[in-house]
Order: sequence, then C-alpha cells, then structure tokens
Amino acid sequence: MEHYAALLSFGEGGWGKSIASGVLVTVSLALATLPFGLLIGFFVALGKQSKEPSLRLAANIYTTIFRGLPELLTIFLIYFGAQIGFQKAVAILGIDARIEINSFTAGMLALGVVFSSYASEVFLSAFRAIPIGQYEGAYAVGLSNGLTMRKIILPQLVRIALPGLANLWMVLLKDTSLISVIGIADILRQTGVAARVTKEAFLFFGTACLLYLILAIISSFFINRIEDWAHQSQDRVRARV
Amino acid sequence: MTSGNTTAAPANQAVLAPPALPRPWTRARMAGYAIVGLWLLLFAGLAIYLYNAWRIDLVETYGPKYWSGLKTTLALVAIATVLGAALSVPVAASRMSKNRIIGAFAYAYVYFFRGTPLLAQTFLIYYGLGSFRPFLQEWGLWFFFRDAWNCAILAFTLNTAAYQAEILRGAIDSVPTGQWEGATALGLPRWIIFRKVVLPQALIVALRPYGNEIILLLKGSAIVAIITVYDLMGETRRAYSRTFDFQTYLWAAVIYLILVELLRNLWDWIERRITRHLVR
Repeated sequence: MEHYAALLSFGEGGWGKSIASGVLVTVSLALATLPFGLLIGFFVALGKQSKEPSLRLAANIYTTIFRGLPELLTIFLIYFGAQIGFQKAVAILGIDARIEINSFTAGMLALGVVFSSYASEVFLSAFRAIPIGQYEGAYAVGLSNGLTMRKIILPQLVRIALPGLANLWMVLLKDTSLISVIGIADILRQTGVAARVTKEAFLFFGTACLLYLILAIISSFFINRIEDWAHQSQDRVRARV
Repeated sequence: MTSGNTTAAPANQAVLAPPALPRPWTRARMAGYAIVGLWLLLFAGLAIYLYNAWRIDLVETYGPKYWSGLKTTLALVAIATVLGAALSVPVAASRMSKNRIIGAFAYAYVYFFRGTPLLAQTFLIYYGLGSFRPFLQEWGLWFFFRDAWNCAILAFTLNTAAYQAEILRGAIDSVPTGQWEGATALGLPRWIIFRKVVLPQALIVALRPYGNEIILLLKGSAIVAIITVYDLMGETRRAYSRTFDFQTYLWAAVIYLILVELLRNLWDWIERRITRHLVR
C-alpha cells in the first residue's frame, strides 16, 4: 500500500506532479475547445434552420461529415492534413519551409469541429422548441432581427439547450483522451508513461479513470449551478405570479 | 335553382397558379451559395487529389489489407453489440430493482463505464490487467488477456453494455403504467405482460438510441488501432507509416463515412417499417 502511495505522491520518485500537469492539460484543452465549438455549432444551427435551402445544405454537409467520421480519424486528418495543406500553400508562394502545426491547436480544432457538429443539433432542436409567437411578438414591438435574437431568443435558447450541451461537455471531456495519440501530455499520456516506467499499469490507468470520473463529478456540480442560473428568471416570474 | 357557386371557374378554363415570385438575392442566399461552392471546391479538390494519387501498386498492396481491416472493424462492432446487449439486460434489471444494494452496484457500473473514456477503459483492461499476470496465469485466464483482440472485445462489451442498459431502462420506463395495469386487469401473468405488452412498445422507443449507440461504437472502434488490433484504422495507420501518403487517411475517412451513412439509412428504414401502425 505504501509502495503505491509513494508512486502517486508528489515528492521524489512519485508521479503525482506529472499526472497533475496532465489533468491541467486535459482541462485546459476541453475549456479551450468549448467556446470555439459552441460558436461554430450555433452558426451551423442557424444555417440549418434557415429558410434558404442552400444554407441548409451547406450546414447539413458539415454535420454529416463530422458526425460520421471517427473522432480519432478526425484528429489525424487535421493533424497531418493541416500540416501538408499549409506546406503546399506555402510552397505555392515560393517559400520552402517546414511547418509544424502545434499538436494542441490541432487537437483543439479536431475536437472543436466534432463538438460543434453535435452542438448544432442541440441548438437546432432548441430553436424548434421556441414558439414562433416569440418572434412575432418581438416584431410587433419593433425589435430588429439582431435584437430579437439577442434579447428574446438567445436567453430562452440557452435554457432549453443547456441539458444537451451539458451532455456534450461530458463527451468532450472524454474525447480529450484521444489527443494523447498525437503526443499531447494529457492525463492518459502521463499515466501511460508512468505505467510503462514503473510496470504498475493497473494502478496508473485506474488512477486515470478515477481522475476522469472526478472531472465528470466536478463538471456536474458546475452544470447544476449554471442550470439554476439559467432558470432563475423563470423562477422569479413564477414567484411573482 | 340559384345554385350559388358563381365564383367557380368555368370548366373549359384552366385554373392557373400565380407565377412564382423571383427569389431575391438576399444575404443568406449569397452566403449559402458561397459555402456550398466552397464545399464543392473542396470535394472536387479531394477527388482530383485522389485521382492523381492513384497508384495501382499501392492499391494492390493495401487494398486487401483495408478489406481485412474493414472486416475486423465490423466483426468487433457486431460481437461487442450482441454481447453488450446480452449483458445489458441483467444490468438494466438490477438498475430497476427495488433492492437498494443491487441498484447501487448497477448504478456504479453504469456510472464508471459512461463517465470514463473508452480509450482509458481499454488501456485499463489490456495493459492494466497485465499487472496481475501471475494471478491470471494461475487461474488459466492469461491466454485470454494476452490477446489485444480479446481485450478490445471485453472493453467494448462492458462499455456498450452500460450504455445499452440505460437505453433499455429508459425505454421500459417510458411505457405508461396504465399498460401494466390494463394487462394485470386482464389477468395476464407478470412475465407475459412484460414480454407481450411492455417490451414491444419499449423496443420501438429504444430503436433510435440503439442505432445511435451502434454508430458511436463503430466510430469508437477506431481506437483499438492504438492497442495493436489491425482494424480499418489500424491498417490505415500502418499504411501511412510505410508510405507517408496522406491518401491512406482520406480513403479511411471515405469508408467510415459510407459505413455510418449506410447504418443511418438502414435504421431510418427499420424505424419506418416497424412504426407503420402508428402512422396516420
């Protein structure tokens, strides 16, 4: 038992520090992906519920592709593909340079496009849950399209989409483990290194699983807080009635 | 005598619909055409790239390997889905059980397998159980855990069983209590009620989530390439490491996309077919 505690400790001969840095990388990757994925997902959803057929087609192609590809393959495609693509583009400009895409950026892009294609479906069903009377009412009081979206639709949209987005956040947290294969020192990679060096694979991969569980539990705490916040305007109205 | 219908058009005169309004070039329409144009450009570029990169020796070398990889992937998904479905039944039953302790165990199982990444679970089983090698050898189980393929099947089965148990539980819960009560009033025994009344209705609800789960499993199966199982992704990685030719990944992407789309359409068809009686 003491042997295991020493292996996981933060001191000399312990792997605590490197695993903690892995947790930091996992969390920061997920957090960095989130706003980017949400933003693209929102615009893709706008495209999907547009009256314009060509916009709908363009948005549907996006989700078909990125929901159909395995996440691991998407990561490889973007990691190697972007590298080759940039190289070709630079070669056309007549500069001969080796370009390396930062693997963190590649991972963020890959996870972001996958997240956004799922998020667009969540946003789309949230859009459909908002009655058309909300738009008509906003039009009747003379709000512009942008103001209607910002002041009337978006606050309701967030509330309706939140459970679906919370699910996607959990999926994103788990998907970050895949980017360990392109060499990012996340939880799984750090524990994997420790497992190989110490030959205590079960201990370290078990620790990795526990860490992901802990992250999930912490996330659900914050998600509950955000849901309370999103519902508070409704609660206020109900209290008054 | 005065049958009022004076507004009706005379029979010899065809009723013409008003001509369609010209669609204006709104900003949305321009943006839509531009993005679709970009997609077309991308697909054309991809097709030209794949056409130019076509080399018959590569196809002859790696074509059969991709085929065997594809078969491995499909076998893995099929076996894990079926075994997972079998395992999900007792898990779902314990999850719905009135016994607190059994329920807690099932909940912990489901929470663990849904809360941790499939890749970490696979590592835990393939590399992690290797730590107990002497013990496993003593029990004569080592031959099983030595093989990456067996470990992949085990990890995927345990993982999908947790998800499928939740699907099953949700579907059974979604059948209204009135169905149970009505069948009880007819004097049917509990088991018959479950089999003939509740389950058929539950499975219709569960069909779509099951389809999604199989698609997720198919996509998730790519990770077995990391523990040296040569599925479609594994063969792709091997081909890339030998040729450094990017088209290897593009072909894999095309194959996976076709597989997922086929599955999705198959599921749409099944759903249309078994909900015929609900269509009005």
